[in-house]
Amino acid sequence: MSGATHGASWRKLLAIVLQVGVHVGALLPVLWLFVAINRGDLGGDPVKELIHYLGMGTIRLLLLTLLISPLARVLHFGQLNRLRRPLGLWCFVWASLHFSAWLGLDLALDWSLIGSELVQRTYILLGFSAWLILFALAVTSLPALMRKMGKQWKKLHGLLYLVVLLACWHFWWSVKSGWIEPAIYTALALLLLWWRRQAVLRWLKSFR
Amino acid sequence: MLIKSPSRHTLTEAQTTPESAYVSRRQVIAGLGAGIGGLLLARNSYGLDLFGSDTPKAAPRKPLDFAPQKPAPALTLTPEAKVMNHNNFYEFGTGKTDPAENSQGLKTEPWTLTVEGEVEKPATVDVWKLMSEIGLEERIYRMRCVEAWSMVIPWVGFELGKFLTRFAPTSRAKYVAFQTLYDPEQMPGQRNRYVGGGVDYPYVEGLRMDEAMHPLTILSVGLYGKTLPPQNGAPIRLVVPWKYGFKGIKSIVKIRLVEKMPPTSWNKMLPQEYGFYANVNPAVDHPRWSQASERFIGPGGLFAVKRQDTLPFNGYGEEVASLYSGMDLKKFY
Repeated sequence: MSGATHGASWRKLLAIVLQVGVHVGALLPVLWLFVAINRGDLGGDPVKELIHYLGMGTIRLLLLTLLISPLARVLHFGQLNRLRRPLGLWCFVWASLHFSAWLGLDLALDWSLIGSELVQRTYILLGFSAWLILFALAVTSLPALMRKMGKQWKKLHGLLYLVVLLACWHFWWSVKSGWIEPAIYTALALLLLWWRRQAVLRWLKSFR
Repeated sequence: MLIKSPSRHTLTEAQTTPESAYVSRRQVIAGLGAGIGGLLLARNSYGLDLFGSDTPKAAPRKPLDFAPQKPAPALTLTPEAKVMNHNNFYEFGTGKTDPAENSQGLKTEPWTLTVEGEVEKPATVDVWKLMSEIGLEERIYRMRCVEAWSMVIPWVGFELGKFLTRFAPTSRAKYVAFQTLYDPEQMPGQRNRYVGGGVDYPYVEGLRMDEAMHPLTILSVGLYGKTLPPQNGAPIRLVVPWKYGFKGIKSIVKIRLVEKMPPTSWNKMLPQEYGFYANVNPAVDHPRWSQASERFIGPGGLFAVKRQDTLPFNGYGEEVASLYSGMDLKKFY
């Protein structure tokens, strides 16, 4: 155990670097989008692609978020868990951008149409539910609230498992054709949930 | 016969997006791909960097002689650059910019079109020869995609009906079946199911005989005064303005007149979502989204969003509604 202290500080540093990496990695593409839009660089008709891009980014971020805990466990690298909050918040940011692009750019803030689409279209309702949950998770992500809410916080934040599945389902039903890509993402989500099945089961049991 | 040179001035407003706008978007998208700690693996639609350079190797387009439409309908045109960079042509990938990126090498010359089946004079015609002799006319049409976006496109072409009479259809000809080129070597979507969005190729479409003979139905060989870009279905494609865009089969190699309703690609794949008729109808929603309104892709940037009501038969009801009198359009969608 002679290298333990040395190893610990090295790991701490790595965790900080990774944390910065998460922020930079999640922010840069968004900045790029804004710069590109302002310069008119997206040309053609980028609305659909913009929405898809933001949606795909959200799903990938969600999967990445789910990857952290089990990875920290097998690597015996607890500090990795610090990445969960920023990643989760970025999931919410990307989901919100995806949602607002749909509201503002696709449906042009036509509220009656938005209302009827939300109610009538199952895949939109699925995505909206996922966003609502992410919203609840984001506003309760403050450490102070986490302590205050205690067990309830854990119950609430376990809903991320549901969000990931809802997001995949939303993706699957939204594509015009071709099931392969959504199937790959769904399989990845299920794999990640299986990897942490004990935590998922614990979470499910907490509702008894 | 009135043959006039295409004059750009007949297209009123400044309808062009600066080329820099769409050319450099590839670079932007390429930059985006680097994000999210490498997890944002580029989708196939972001992979190719054809537009990364300032000079996209666009397939050459030839100017056409045609009779301009008079009077031109009072419609705002979709800029040419948007017509050419927002396409559904799954043979070249499912992303909206995939066709523009992946189709520029399509060999469209020479090109033959075979007309067969219930006709007295079946024949194979040289499409480029046909283009020069048939007498082309401009048709400025609304184009409504089943995905709830729309454009207004100045096509150049000729009436399908007049063309078909050359082959002397028999009395048994009740439907017209169309087929796109099948060439997996040139069409990556036909090589790979994933790239091609799961469509069973070759792409096939069909019309009822009276729909095919209707004067609004055209075979188009050009847009904005020049021959079609590959991504828009070069060298010859169908345009049926009162139907959803997917009926407008591209890069046609075969037309067969038949007695029974022919299979159509989207209907084969998802029969509960796409019917044979596919008439634009704001009252009949797609199972997964509303068809009551549409996003018009016009001039202007990203935030110049225009949502407009979708019109029955895409605004051509006066001309074509009678074709469907007595039919339950909710059932025959």
